[in-house]
Amino acid sequence: MAWWRSLTSKKLFWPLFALVILLVFNLFFTPHFFRLEMKEGHLYGNVIDILKNGAPIMLLAIGLTLVIATKGIDISVGSVVAISAGVVAMLIGGDLQGIPKHPIWLAMCAAILVAVVAGMWNGMLVSRIGMQPIIATLILFVAGRGIAMVTTNAMVVWLYAKPFALLGQGYLFGLPFSIYIVLFILLLTALATRKTALGLFIEAVGINPTAARFAGISAKNIIFAVYAFSGFCAGISGLVVCSTVMSADGNNAGLGYEMDAILAVVIGGTSMNGGKFYLVGSIVGALIVQTLTTTIYAFGVPPEISKVVKALVVWAVCLLQSSSFRSMIAGVFGKKELSA
Amino acid sequence: MKTRLSIDPRNLPSLVTLALFILMFGLGSVSFTGFFSLQNFLDLFIDNSYLIIIAVGMTLVIISGGIDLSVGSMLALSGMVSASLLEKAHWSPILVIPVVLLMGVAMGFFMGYLIQKFNVPPFIVTLAGLYFARGLCYVVSLFTIAVNNPFWQAAAHAQIKIGNSFISPSVVIAIVVLLAGMFVSRYTKFGRTVYAIGGNEQSAILMGLPVARTKILLYGLSGFCAALAGIVFSFYTLSGYALNGQGMELDTIATVVIGGTLLTGGVGSILGTLFGVLVFGTIQVLIMFQGTLNSWWTRIAIGFLVFVFCLLQRLFESSRKKAKGQENKIAESPAATAS
Amino acid sequence: MSDKAPIIEMKKINKSFPGVKALSDVDFRLFKGEVHALMGQNGAGKSTLVKVLTGVYKQDSGEIKLGGKPIRPDSPLAAQRMGINTVFQEVNLCLNLSVAENIFIGKEPIRFGSIDWKTMNRKAEEVLSRLNVSIDVTRTLSSYSIAIQQMVAIARVLDSSAKVLILDEPTSSLDENEVEQLFKVIRKLRDEGLAILFITHFLDQTYQISDRITVLKNGSFVGEYEIDKLPKLDLITKMLGKELSDFSYSTKNDGEKDAAAKALKDRGVVLRVKELGLKSSIAPFSLDLEAGDVLGLAGLLGSGRTEMARLIFGIDNADEGEIEIKGKKADIASPRKAMMAGIGFCSEDRKNEGIFAELTIRENIILALQARNGMFKTLSAKKQQTIADELIKSLGIKTPSANNEARQLSGGNQQKVMLARWLATKPIILILDEPTRGIDVGAKLEIMEQVLNLSKAGLGVIFISSEFEEVLRCSNKIAVLKDKAKIAELHGEEMTESGIMHTIAGGK
Repeated sequence: MAWWRSLTSKKLFWPLFALVILLVFNLFFTPHFFRLEMKEGHLYGNVIDILKNGAPIMLLAIGLTLVIATKGIDISVGSVVAISAGVVAMLIGGDLQGIPKHPIWLAMCAAILVAVVAGMWNGMLVSRIGMQPIIATLILFVAGRGIAMVTTNAMVVWLYAKPFALLGQGYLFGLPFSIYIVLFILLLTALATRKTALGLFIEAVGINPTAARFAGISAKNIIFAVYAFSGFCAGISGLVVCSTVMSADGNNAGLGYEMDAILAVVIGGTSMNGGKFYLVGSIVGALIVQTLTTTIYAFGVPPEISKVVKALVVWAVCLLQSSSFRSMIAGVFGKKELSA
Repeated sequence: MKTRLSIDPRNLPSLVTLALFILMFGLGSVSFTGFFSLQNFLDLFIDNSYLIIIAVGMTLVIISGGIDLSVGSMLALSGMVSASLLEKAHWSPILVIPVVLLMGVAMGFFMGYLIQKFNVPPFIVTLAGLYFARGLCYVVSLFTIAVNNPFWQAAAHAQIKIGNSFISPSVVIAIVVLLAGMFVSRYTKFGRTVYAIGGNEQSAILMGLPVARTKILLYGLSGFCAALAGIVFSFYTLSGYALNGQGMELDTIATVVIGGTLLTGGVGSILGTLFGVLVFGTIQVLIMFQGTLNSWWTRIAIGFLVFVFCLLQRLFESSRKKAKGQENKIAESPAATAS
Repeated sequence: MSDKAPIIEMKKINKSFPGVKALSDVDFRLFKGEVHALMGQNGAGKSTLVKVLTGVYKQDSGEIKLGGKPIRPDSPLAAQRMGINTVFQEVNLCLNLSVAENIFIGKEPIRFGSIDWKTMNRKAEEVLSRLNVSIDVTRTLSSYSIAIQQMVAIARVLDSSAKVLILDEPTSSLDENEVEQLFKVIRKLRDEGLAILFITHFLDQTYQISDRITVLKNGSFVGEYEIDKLPKLDLITKMLGKELSDFSYSTKNDGEKDAAAKALKDRGVVLRVKELGLKSSIAPFSLDLEAGDVLGLAGLLGSGRTEMARLIFGIDNADEGEIEIKGKKADIASPRKAMMAGIGFCSEDRKNEGIFAELTIRENIILALQARNGMFKTLSAKKQQTIADELIKSLGIKTPSANNEARQLSGGNQQKVMLARWLATKPIILILDEPTRGIDVGAKLEIMEQVLNLSKAGLGVIFISSEFEEVLRCSNKIAVLKDKAKIAELHGEEMTESGIMHTIAGGK
C-alpha cells in the first residue's frame, strides 16, 4: 500500500481529509447545504457563506502561520483587526451622499500602516527585548481594544463610500471579492517565502534557534519581520471586516478571531513548536473552522455555542500534538498486542 | 501575620505599586473635588471585590510560571449557572453556591491535568478553556437572567457601616480570600512549592517536592477563585449574563503584573496584587471623575502600565544575566513560556 | 581506613543502552571518612556509574551494598532517603527562594499548622555554621555567589541522615579562593566521618583533595589507587589507556606537514588572537594561525577548548583582548559577523547547535551560504543541488538522496553535513570542535583526510579533539590547554603524545 503511505504522509492530506469528512457530513445531514443560487450575478449558498465569512480568518491565519513557525504566537490579531477597522472607518466616514472624508485609498493605506506598526511593536518586544511572545502580544490584546475604542470614540462608526463595500460585500465572477484578496495575499506570501530564502530562514529559526544563529542567520530580524507581517495581515483583515458591515465596532470587531486563526494554523499542520509551516494547510484549516461554524449554525444552534465545539477541538488537537499523549495511546495499543 | 516590609528587595516592586497608588489617589484628590473621601476609597474595594478574588488565584498561578486565561469566562459561567439554578430550577443558595464552586474547581483540575500530564502549554489550554466556558454560558441561556432570590438580594444591598461610610459583604469575602491567599503563599508547604516551581521546576522536582500534584491543585484553586468571583459579581449585578467578564483575564493579569509579580514566575506577592487592583481601580475612577475621557482609556492605560512593568522586569533580568556572563538567548517558544 | 568495611560497595555493575555498553563489570568502593575521586575521560562511564548509584538508572546486573546491606534505589528521592545525596554542578536549587528555604523546603518546621520561619531560619544558620558559613539566611539564594550556593546545596543534603555525599563537578565555576574554602569544608566533613565521592576534570584539584581515586576507561574498571601512590603522569596514562612505551608516534609526518604548510603560496597570518579572555569561561589567551596551518587544541575534558572556539566565533563575547583577521582588527560580536569575516564553526553539540533535523540534507548544507548571501540572492534549486551533490560526494556522505530529512542520517554523516555547510561558504578559517566524536573509525579517517586537504588548499584550521592521536595526526602545531587556560604551544619535535601529557601533568 505504498501509494496510501505516500498520500497520507503528505502534510496536507489530513487537513483536507478532515474538511472532506465535514462536507460529506453536511451532504447527508444538512438540508440544502450545497445548494447554490445565482442572483444578480452573484452566487449564494452555504458554501459561498463559508468562503465569505472565512476570509478575515484566512488572512489572519496566513500571518499567524509564519509567527507560529518561529516558535512564537500572536494573540493580539483580533484587537489589531478592530484598530484597523476603526482607523479606516474614521478616515472614510462620509455623509449619506456617499462622499468620503478622505480618499478611500489613503484611508486604507493608513489603516494598514497602523496595523503594521502594531505588528512591529510586537516584533520589537519579542526580538529585541526578548519578552515571551504570549506576554508581548497580550499587551496589545489589552491595550489594542482600548485603542480601537478610542479611535472610534467608543461609538459604532458608519461609513458610506460605496466603492469601499467591494472588499467585503462585492463579487467577482460570482465569487466573493474577499476570497480574491485572500488568494492574492496567499500568493504573495508563498512567493516571498518559497522564492526567496525567507521561508528557509523562518523554518530554521523555528526548528533550532541556536543552530540558526550559529549558521549566521539574523534570527532577531526574522522574528521582528514575521510579527510585522502578522500585523499587516490583521490590517487587511480589518479592512474586509469593516467593509462587510460598512461600519467599525471597536468593541466587537475581530472578537475571538485570534482563537479561530490559531486553531486554523494548528489544524493545518504547522506545529505549535515551530519549524516547517504550511500556508495552504492554514487556509484549509480556516475552511474547516468556518465550515464547522456554518454547520452548527445551519442546525439552528446559536453561534456562540460553536465556541464550546471549537474549544473541544483545540484540546483534542493539543493532545494529538503532545508526544506524551501519543506514547500513552501507543502504550495502550502496545499492551493489547502483547496480551493477544 | 508579618509582612516583610524591612526593605527585602523582593518586596520593592510591590512598594513601588503602593507608592503609585498613593500618588494617583493623591493626584485625584487635588484635581477633583469629592475625590478625597473614605467612601471613595472604600468604593475601590466594593467595585473591585470580584477582581481581588480572581487575582489571588491568578497570582499564585503566575508565580508558578503558568497562566490562566479562562478566569473571565469562568466568572461569567459561574454567575450564569447560579442565576439559572436560583431562578429556573429554584434551588436554594445553600446548594447553589457549593455546586458552582465545585464546577470551577472541576474545570480547573481538568485544565491542570492537561497541562501537567501531557505537557500542553498553559496558555493554549486555558485559552480553549476561555472559549469553552464562554460557550457554555450561552448553552445555559442566551439572555440575561435576573436574580430575585432573597439571599442574593440581601447580599447585594447590605451595607456594613464604617463610620459614615460603608462596605458591602462582598468586600468582606474579598478580604477573607486575600488574607487566606497571603497565608497560603507564605505559611503553607503548598504555597512555598508554588514559588519553588516558578523558580526552577526541574530543581523543585529534584528536591523532592510534589510538583505534579501542586500544579494540578493550583489550577483547581484558580478555577475556585474565578467561580467565587462570579458569585460575588452576581451579587453586584443581581443577574447572570453571558457577556460578563470579557477581557477580565487580562485585567487580572495586568493587576498581578503591576503588583510586582514576575510573569516568568518565582517572584511575587498577594499583597502586591492588592496594590495592583487598587491602582487599576483608581485609574478607572480617575477617568470617571475626569468625565470627558473615553472610559476605554483605561484599557490603554492598563496596557501601557503592563508594558512598562514587563519592560522593567525584562531589563532587570537581562542585566542580571549579563553580570553572570551568560549569552543572550532569543525568546523561546510558547511551549516554554508560562508553563 | 582500609580495614573498616566500605560504606558503599558496587560489584560487577553492567549497564547498556541501545547501541552502547556504558559499564562493564565495574567495581567501586567508598569508605567512611574519605574523599574519593572518580576519574575518566569521555565515555568512561563516570556519570553512568553515579546515576546507577543514585537511582536514576537501574543496573542490568551487579550489586550495590550500603553499609553491607544490598540496596536497589529506584529514584533519586529513594537514594536520598537512604542517605546518598548528590550536589550537582548546576546547583539544583531555587534561586528565587531564601537560603533557609532552600535548605528546608519540603521538610519545613511546622507550628500550629503553619510554617515556622523563625525556627527554620535559626536551624539554617546552625547547619551553615557547621560548614563555616555565616550569612543572612533570609536573603534570596540568587544574591550569593555560586560558591555559597554550593554550600547551601551541601547544607540541604547534610540535614538528612547523610551517609554519602556525591559532589559532581563542584569547582567548575569557582575561583581559587572559593575552591580553597570548599576544600576546607570537604575536609571537615570527611573528618566527621562522611563518605565523599568527588567527580572532577581538574587534575591538580584531585591531588589536592582526594585520599583515593578510582579510574574508569571506556566503561571498564581500570583500578583503585591511593592518591599518594599514584603520580600524575600515571593517572593520565591510565585514563587514556596507554603505556608510555606505546608512544612511538613518529615526528616525521609533522615535519612534512609543516614544510608543506610553509611552502603554500599565500602563506600569511589569517587569524591573530591577542589576550582574548572571558571571566569564568577561559583565561586570556593568544595565538596565531597562518593559512595552511592546522592548529590542534589538545587538553583533557573541561580544559577550555570549546570555550576558546566560542570566543573566536563570536558565540560568547570576550571581556578582554582582540581578534585580527588577515591583519585587520575584527569585531566578532556574533556568529553572523564571524561568518561574514570568513570564519566557520562546527560545534561539538550536533543536535542542539548544528543540525536542523526536519530540514533536508541539501537545505542543511546550503544554509550558511544562503545566510551569507542574504535573503534575496537565492540560490536556485539547481545551484543548491549542485553544491550539495559536490560536497556529498567529496565528503562521502552516505544518503540515498539529498532531499531526505537530515534526522535520518547517522551521527557520522550528520557531522559531515555540518562540515559541508561551512565548506560551502569557502571560509578562510575553520574551527572544528570534536568533529570525530561518536563516529565510526572509517568515517573518522575520512574526516581527518578532509582536514588535511583543507589545509593544503590554504585554509587555516583549528582542530579540537579529545583523542591526542588525532590531534597529532592532523596538526602542524598544537596548543595545550589545562584547567581553562592555554598553558603551552608545541611545535615540531615537541609534538608527541608523551609531550602533551607531560605538559599537562606540569613538567617532565
